[in-house]
Amino acid sequence: MEAQALQFFIACATAAGFGIAIAAFGCGIGQGLGLKSAVEGIARNPESSGKVTVTLLIGLALIESLCIYALVVSLILIFAHPQAAAISGLFAK
Amino acid sequence: MEHPYMFFVKLFELLGMGDFAHHYPHVIYSWVIMIFLIVVAGLAVKGISMIPTKGQNFWEIVIDGMEEFMVDLTGDEGRWFFPLIATVFLYIAACNLSGLLPGFFPPTASLNTTASCALVVVIFTHIIGIKYHGAAYIKHFLGPIWWMVPIIFPIEIIGHLARIMSLSFRLFGNMMGHELVLGILFMLAGAFFAPLPIMAMGVFVALVQAFVFFLLSIMYFTGAMEHAH
Repeated sequence: MEAQALQFFIACATAAGFGIAIAAFGCGIGQGLGLKSAVEGIARNPESSGKVTVTLLIGLALIESLCIYALVVSLILIFAHPQAAAISGLFAK
Repeated sequence: MEHPYMFFVKLFELLGMGDFAHHYPHVIYSWVIMIFLIVVAGLAVKGISMIPTKGQNFWEIVIDGMEEFMVDLTGDEGRWFFPLIATVFLYIAACNLSGLLPGFFPPTASLNTTASCALVVVIFTHIIGIKYHGAAYIKHFLGPIWWMVPIIFPIEIIGHLARIMSLSFRLFGNMMGHELVLGILFMLAGAFFAPLPIMAMGVFVALVQAFVFFLLSIMYFTGAMEHAH
């Protein structure tokens, strides 16, 4: 029973690590593409830099929120999954 | 991770309610922020004059800026719900920024606070829709083609529920993630002031997240006000 709980915890921790890594990878690409277009827009038309910057920041925050959803799932896997009581009992010994 | 030392939780411990304070720090700190905002608002409106003084000038810039930004998106007919959404913005901004003060816990780092703000905003969206369109508000959920309604209606319902989840999780994830990173860095290298760059980013993230919440709420309100497809 305890060996199973420990194996489950190891699997959860591994999944949490990979999950947030893949999410950060996708988020980086997405934000990079958004930033690329914003910088090109400012380069073409420096007068619009105020509006482009505001739109860019809003877009970056929204893309970032997808990565944050993955972060919350990873945190749930490490800290708040159903077997949390059994596993913390394991570590308390 | 060491247990964080929070001033108001200690205060409640001295008053004998330590158990409540340890389990619900977000409740205590949201009341602290509320009292702070009410006091600041009371000071701001005391002695309003035609020629503004410094404090009145500052608040006029903030409130006017928010109102013009909102009216840009919703049109002039949207002015009446400005107090609600401006309060949500100022409350979330104050909550987020208070997390950077040592000894304070940001109430928005708990899913309860953010889910409550998201629920208020989304339920108000429906109130606006019913107020502007009456029973015809259901047409917003039905889509343009009548025989695709059995597919489109559940998708629209799920989309609306997803709005609650996305608003609350975005704010909660940002604030909780910030707190966790600060805690871990403090544990690893606290003596070398390692958390400081993260706190500098935290100021930026706090304001941006409050602004994104504000902007998305306004866009949802605009979507409920305008006519269906």
